[in-house]
Amino acid sequence: MTKCYISYHNMTSSLGFDSATVFEDLKKGKRAIQFVEDTSRFYKPFFGAVIPTEILNSVFQTLEPNTEYTRLEKMLLLSLSKTLNASEIDLSDRVGLIISTTKGNIDVLGPQSQFPQERAYLSELGKIVQNYFGFKNEAIVISNACVSGILSVAIAKRYIQEGIYDQVFVVAGDLVSDFVISGFNSFHALSDAPSKPYDTNRIGINLGEVATSVLITSNKNNLSEDAVELLGEASCNDANHISGPSRTGEGLYRSVQSALAEANIDSNTIDYISAHGTATLFNDEMEAIAFNRLGLQDTPLNSLKGYFGHTLGASGLLETIIGMQSLHHNTLIACAGFETLGVSKPLNIIKETTTKELRTFLKTASGFGGCNTAVLFRTLS
Amino acid sequence: MEQTYHISSYCHIKNSSVFLNGKLLYASPIQEFSAFIKSAVQHLETAYPKFYKMDHLSKLAFLAADVLLKNANLSVETEHNIAIILSNKASSLDTDRTYQASITDPDNFFPSPSVFVYTLPNICMGEISIKHQLHSENCFFIFDRFNADHLWINAQSLLKRKKAEKVLCGWIDFDDKNYEAFLYLVAENGIIAHSPNDIKRLYKT
Repeated sequence: MTKCYISYHNMTSSLGFDSATVFEDLKKGKRAIQFVEDTSRFYKPFFGAVIPTEILNSVFQTLEPNTEYTRLEKMLLLSLSKTLNASEIDLSDRVGLIISTTKGNIDVLGPQSQFPQERAYLSELGKIVQNYFGFKNEAIVISNACVSGILSVAIAKRYIQEGIYDQVFVVAGDLVSDFVISGFNSFHALSDAPSKPYDTNRIGINLGEVATSVLITSNKNNLSEDAVELLGEASCNDANHISGPSRTGEGLYRSVQSALAEANIDSNTIDYISAHGTATLFNDEMEAIAFNRLGLQDTPLNSLKGYFGHTLGASGLLETIIGMQSLHHNTLIACAGFETLGVSKPLNIIKETTTKELRTFLKTASGFGGCNTAVLFRTLS
Repeated sequence: MEQTYHISSYCHIKNSSVFLNGKLLYASPIQEFSAFIKSAVQHLETAYPKFYKMDHLSKLAFLAADVLLKNANLSVETEHNIAIILSNKASSLDTDRTYQASITDPDNFFPSPSVFVYTLPNICMGEISIKHQLHSENCFFIFDRFNADHLWINAQSLLKRKKAEKVLCGWIDFDDKNYEAFLYLVAENGIIAHSPNDIKRLYKT
């Protein structure tokens, strides 16, 4: 079976616009979550992590755009342009494009938007990104709730292993918008302070926004210095509830088992788990149950939601890149916001950023609709 | 020799009619979707209390899946590893517009969690998974139009790598008043070859 590698990457995030400097900020414990009061974008203030509009607009001008783009389009184009440039790959018909988002340009449905409502079609977003860079193949858009970003990595690998593409660029992005703020608020799922994943005092999510991109390739030459091999992946449904996680963690448990089986490795070879950790009562509890069923309760684990907030359909890809950087620098990043374990089963939450030799990591995510995804990665060195 | 796969059955729902393997199962003179799908569900004996709380996209996907999976006569004792690969153009925009209308006016602000949860296209796969107890692979794709090639690639990948025994694939689109469902089941056995051309041919019937 063709091997797949995750290589060059970028994040256009609330903590900065490239992965390496953002990772340095994480090591220093810098969190982007703050009290956001911006009446030009949001109907009411909230605790979350947003990209400053002025900075986004001024950096986007360096691309010398010749037409108007929405906020999300600017983020996606900026991120993917950096990953494309770093990779030095020609966009032949062997190169695929996957776009991962839950809500895309959802803000164009709102009363403040200057763009036509047709811009909300995700296939339009796909065309804009495809045409901007001149991809030969039609953009594949994946919209699968909060697993979208990491599921896109799994799907990219399937296209490469089926011999359809040699390389796939994946770009994932979601905005903080009144649409999602009011929706999560209606579930009473938002925290009115920086979130505390797995903590006994956790009360919910902070929303965040990011665009992030990676190259996935079958070519072992000219990889990035922190490239990893994709060992196995799976995405299993809970078949339990559309808006609440399974009480037994069934879908997550099965996803990790299936990914391990494909990777043909034992769970005790996993050095680090980059988990979902939204900091809601039910999500974190479900993960604790699933990881205990898998015998992974002693494996160092964090959630990165305490730094970037929950960036929805982009979160899985964002957190994969941080995992790659963790392996490259042999550094486990502390689970921001965590103090005292507040789930019913033991977990080895990373309390302080520490150095440790790391080879293999597991990325997981879960979302509405009962979806779960698990992907295993291993360093090449 | 490489393992081959087949399309074992297929279902269309469009123009107030439900077809299984090209044969009309149910037709209604009712044009309006909500009333039509309610009458279709009653006629086709898809008794399921949760059906009535679903949004339009989920109702459409749920009924098409139920027609196919009932027809497959799956044994109730064993678990079935049936993956779901669905696609459409309008994502969940029908419900997104409804939800947006509920939050646009600050003086008439009534966001509802039961509407918000359906503002994701993959929720309909969750509904199918719950009803048929499928703890299997899921992915929802958005394309400009029906795209047989991509559905074929994804189903082949899951079957060849033994990630699924069968794959429920297709197109489920709901946009304003327009709707269309075309689902098909891919398995080891069947009469119709699993190929992009056959998928395109069945879609058009």
